[in-house]
Amino acid sequence: MTLFSETDARRLLERMLAFSRADSCEARLTGRHGGNIRYARNTVTTSGRVANATLSVVSTFGQRTGTASINEFDDESLERVVRRAEELARLAPENPEFMPFLGPQTYLETSPWAEATATITPEFRARAAAAGIAGATSSGLAAAGFLQDNASTRALMNTNRLFAYSKSTGVNFSVTARTADGTGSGWVGRSYNDVSKLDVAAASEIALQKAIASQNPVALEPGQYTAILEPDASAPLIRNMLFNMDARRADEGRSFLSMPGGGTKLGERVLGDGVTISSDPTNPEVPTTAWASDGRPLTPVTWVDNGVVTSLFYSRFWAQQQGVVATVPPSNIIMSGGPDSLQDLIRGTDRGVLVTRTWYIRTVDPQTLLYTGLTRDGTFWVEGGEIRHAIKNFRFNESPVAILNNVDALGRPVRTGGSLIPPMRVRNFTFSSLSDAV
Amino acid sequence: MQRRDFLQHSTFAVGALSIPAWSNGVGDWFGALTPIPTADKKRLADVALDAARSAGARYADVRIGRYLNESLAARETKIQRITSSESFGAGIRVIANGTWGFAATNDVTEDGIAATAREAVAMAKANAVLQTEPVTLAPQHGYGEVSWRTPIEINSFEVPVSQKVDLLLETNNAALTAGASFINSALYLVNEQKYFASSEGSYIDQDVHRLRPAFTATVVDPESGKFATRASLGEPMGMGFEYLSGRAAGKIDGPVTTVYGRYYDMVEDARSAATQAREKHAAKSVTAGAYDLVLDPNHLWLTIHESVGHPLELDRVLGYEANYAGTSFATLDKWESKSFRYGSPIVNFVADKTQPTSLAAVGYDDEGVQTKQWDLVRDGILVNYQATRDQVHILGETEGQGCSYADNWSSIQFQRMPNVSLEPGKDPLAVRDMIAGVEKGIYILGRGSYSIDQQRYNFQFGGQLFYEITNGQISGMLKDVAYQSNTQAFWNACSQICDQRDYRLGGSFFDGKGQPGQVSAVSHGTSTARFDGVSVLNTARKV
Repeated sequence: MTLFSETDARRLLERMLAFSRADSCEARLTGRHGGNIRYARNTVTTSGRVANATLSVVSTFGQRTGTASINEFDDESLERVVRRAEELARLAPENPEFMPFLGPQTYLETSPWAEATATITPEFRARAAAAGIAGATSSGLAAAGFLQDNASTRALMNTNRLFAYSKSTGVNFSVTARTADGTGSGWVGRSYNDVSKLDVAAASEIALQKAIASQNPVALEPGQYTAILEPDASAPLIRNMLFNMDARRADEGRSFLSMPGGGTKLGERVLGDGVTISSDPTNPEVPTTAWASDGRPLTPVTWVDNGVVTSLFYSRFWAQQQGVVATVPPSNIIMSGGPDSLQDLIRGTDRGVLVTRTWYIRTVDPQTLLYTGLTRDGTFWVEGGEIRHAIKNFRFNESPVAILNNVDALGRPVRTGGSLIPPMRVRNFTFSSLSDAV
Repeated sequence: MQRRDFLQHSTFAVGALSIPAWSNGVGDWFGALTPIPTADKKRLADVALDAARSAGARYADVRIGRYLNESLAARETKIQRITSSESFGAGIRVIANGTWGFAATNDVTEDGIAATAREAVAMAKANAVLQTEPVTLAPQHGYGEVSWRTPIEINSFEVPVSQKVDLLLETNNAALTAGASFINSALYLVNEQKYFASSEGSYIDQDVHRLRPAFTATVVDPESGKFATRASLGEPMGMGFEYLSGRAAGKIDGPVTTVYGRYYDMVEDARSAATQAREKHAAKSVTAGAYDLVLDPNHLWLTIHESVGHPLELDRVLGYEANYAGTSFATLDKWESKSFRYGSPIVNFVADKTQPTSLAAVGYDDEGVQTKQWDLVRDGILVNYQATRDQVHILGETEGQGCSYADNWSSIQFQRMPNVSLEPGKDPLAVRDMIAGVEKGIYILGRGSYSIDQQRYNFQFGGQLFYEITNGQISGMLKDVAYQSNTQAFWNACSQICDQRDYRLGGSFFDGKGQPGQVSAVSHGTSTARFDGVSVLNTARKV
């Protein structure tokens, strides 16, 4: 048994804390079980079931801290991990940025747990794979897909009487369909907390259609184009931008939000007018646990309001230094959009490039948040409001800051990963070279 | 058997509990440093193999692993984190009804292991109804009881924590003294204590060590609001703490900066990094165009990794990775033609899981095959791939290549990259002589931005340091440099490779692949090499 009830987690952590001889001690207990099935070439390749639990202990003496973790829970092991954390803490130099552990906190009610996901069986996974494979086989395509589900419990306890507990589930499904001659490829991805929302056959159908439609691509000249970015195409770039909204780096002059001469762009208009980005652990579409790994409560935060940067995230130390509230990094990303569907955006496009997804995104310049990456698994030319034909994949060099200053239209947000992102049409997207990859 | 009972059988563990770290004389680690007695692991492994056979498996393997990690992180004058983790468990893989099944557990008792073996068989049988390509496993004889250990001089886990703390603080101090505004540094230490047993009669005990030093120095110019960074030129290695000794034997006096081979001087490199990050502010922004590139091994290893290592993974070629990492341009017909020109005639790539000090070196892989070396590209022609036991039959081979790996006891083993290295040039050639022959070029050092498409054609790489070469001379530092090319065009533009004297290993500690994602560590050896007429772009932007 690797999932812990609240009562069991509390008991185990109390048992562990009893071994502590440090000035203070905090422990995180994570239990997880889950399974997966993977298929390729229309046959199952691997599947597995994994169960594990990990206890991570932080001990402190004054401003010295040490961290140790273990996945065995008999008394000897618990004492061993506590002693190890204490030894490391004794050996550590004093850290002037040390912050005492939090005391008791109040958390929002969130609902990231779905019993249906926690009770998925190997037979269910096999049936899902069969559904994904069946469509590909009847279309003469080759499918490679992956279904992964997990259920986890997290608990946090410290000697300052903080106790936090949560449980969550998740299921991810994705499939790539390729034509037999390798000239067409389509992809779809789905992510939910509750597996009952997942329709493998319907999702797979989109990948099949894109694989067939992406054959015989035309090579377009690299350059700047209007681009229609499906949520899976823009989400990695937007996510990277949010991860770079750390206040300390901005204050220190090493962020895209640093100002020449000092100060930050907090309160400044950095993105386009209609761009609003928030996070909210209680959002029913993308619910998350209500507390961060250090025990801070997660609450709704608006990061960008109509293009203006309204929040940065802080470590507890840096917030104390600056005399501000220690806003926690986002646990999900919710970007506002409009009522239009992806189809509506396409219909309203005179000439542009439709991008299914982006791939292998890496930072080129952290100063401007310039990223490079490629389009993949369904890139099409749109003209006169219709998809005309497939085009060859591009490499791009673009910044989400530039993209979100060039937004022409936003559609209805949909879940991708753990975030809600709208399909969007943007002007002047820079495609820098062609790729032969299918 | 409960874990507590198991500990009583394991005298080291019980003993270790009562020995305080400060009195054991071998540094600060206690508890799991001494491996679990082999006899205990063999007995548990036999339980797994018997249970799998009884449940209907025709093949089974079990990996009982204890994975130790230690990491330290420092920022300027402060140690931010000292973390030690250990994870213990068993993963069991079986073939039943022609289909793979896998299950893993942290309940390493006889009952826990037997139940997990039965679960793996049940999973294989559940999936067998969908099976259209029954597993064909290359034969492998049992080795009996054998063992292997990374040939280290100094066990990193026995080095006192205070020594590691001092190294990071000294590194940071060197950078700050040399003008860095900020520096983050870290050490990552890994010890895999792996026991593999199979129904073919192998019982393989291995003790694998790796380490990775890292830092990034930043210099901020408050007036312009610009910042520049320079990351470590040290590499992750399959070595003990001796890699960080800074011994002179590891240093090469390069044309623009000291570079490192067998040993690394982290403090010296941090000092250089701060100076060079400062120089970047005044460096000339590159003019886009075609240049001859001279690429140091601490940069070129990553281009090799992405454009040669990954496309020659047979599982990718066949489509097994299509849904994640992608497929490959290096299709079987190209290999079958025996004439596909992957690179120029001086280009030879070798796969090797035995290379000393490399990250991927082990005695036996995670499906019980003794490791070896083999050719991938010979005289520029594609001649082979990397494959696991269930795939080598596609290549007409009758034995495994030894490149199966799982990153944890809880992960299923699959094809992972061996060390893939470019052989040094056969004719004597030093880096300075190579540069002297370049009219218009750029000399690039260090790992920077990297990106490549899902079939490994189009790639773009940055670096840490860029120097303009004009008429055979280094004429100054450049910034805003990235080069774009196509794998086949790039390797066919390889016109010179320095000789053995410049041969060094670079590598990745966290190479990602698979679903669920796994990491592996892999090295790539090369000498400095020249590539003619490569497209360079200017990456400066205003936002």
